[in-house]
Amino acid sequence: MDNWTGKIAAYIDGELPAVEMKELDAHLRTCPACTADALQRVSLKRAVQSAGRRYTPSADFRQRVRQSIAPRPRRSAVWFWLPATAVLLLLVAGTLTFSNRAQHLAMQSTYSELADLHVTALASPNPVDVVSTDRHTVKPWFEGKIPFAFNLPDLQDPEVSLAGGRIAYLGQAPGAELIYHVRKHQISVFIFQERAVGHLPSSSSSLQRQQDTFNFLTWSQNGLRYFVLGDMSGSDLSKLADLFKAAR
Amino acid sequence: MPLFDQLYNFARWLTHDLTEAEDLVQETYVKALRGFSSFQSGTNFRAWMFRILRNTFLTSRTGLKAATTVPLDAEDADELPAGPETPETIFISHSEHQLLQETLQALPLHFREILLLCETEEMSYQEISETLSIPIGTVMSRLSRARKALRDIAQQKLARS
Repeated sequence: MDNWTGKIAAYIDGELPAVEMKELDAHLRTCPACTADALQRVSLKRAVQSAGRRYTPSADFRQRVRQSIAPRPRRSAVWFWLPATAVLLLLVAGTLTFSNRAQHLAMQSTYSELADLHVTALASPNPVDVVSTDRHTVKPWFEGKIPFAFNLPDLQDPEVSLAGGRIAYLGQAPGAELIYHVRKHQISVFIFQERAVGHLPSSSSSLQRQQDTFNFLTWSQNGLRYFVLGDMSGSDLSKLADLFKAAR
Repeated sequence: MPLFDQLYNFARWLTHDLTEAEDLVQETYVKALRGFSSFQSGTNFRAWMFRILRNTFLTSRTGLKAATTVPLDAEDADELPAGPETPETIFISHSEHQLLQETLQALPLHFREILLLCETEEMSYQEISETLSIPIGTVMSRLSRARKALRDIAQQKLARS
């Protein structure tokens, strides 16, 4: 019983750690002396609880206190909240405009860089480093050269063909550039890791944009960011984009 | 007004006087409102309010007088099991509500307040520790001594009557 005597008070107050609570619970079932002690403590606790609830404030006093503290803060609250809300709204609007603008600029500079890469590839006598129309040759070529893997679509349409691929860099991050021929046009498909272009707004659906006579399409998929660009119509780019999205 | 009834009850127990209690409660709300910025969200609001009320009381004339009788919490009271014929059983059998109230009233301030916070307000040891600004170990030892004092004084009162 001695081991428990000091703990019965904390037990009654519900302050004993769960493990000891259980142990004491079990002990009380077998020890009449401790049980009697605990019961008496509970009785006293309850008695003090109700004896302590002795005084009730008068309605008149309640009203007086309410009046003494209510009106002033209410008026000052209006004078505080009106300008505060206005300032807050302005700040939010400013931040949104700023971040939209910043995102817009980031997009713009990314598209310019990609357009440069695309044009450089077109102008080069060796636009691709791996020359093959076979996706099973092109895809393994990238292994070990870039820090991620991707899938290339199986092309059924005779008008679309793979020309090959090469390594491209965007913001110092390596990625893949694949060149496709669609009729007589060339399309570049760039693939980078999402975190390498994290400053761009991510989007799982395609975003389309026109810049410097090129059409762009971009979307995010499985942690990778895809860009399709060429001098063809948006719908032609979309067809290729859809093949990529479905590639397994 | 949050906690109004509880704070008023506590104030009456501290001051033993209606007018003083009303002034104390009113001052507590004014101070709480003025100092609300100093309340740290995430900490206990109830303990904060009770602490304001108690600190205000302790700086009042009645409070200063009552506080001078507060002894140090240096020694822990020996925890004794209640005997067979104890005031607890008598409280229940005779339902001596009034006797218990008189006993509480007669207790020194530091015992009275901790019993009220623990039993009547059902505060946790942690909340009591925040309200009274004392460590949890002191809460437990003081609570134990307060309960013993309550039993002793009740016993004396019963013996006299």
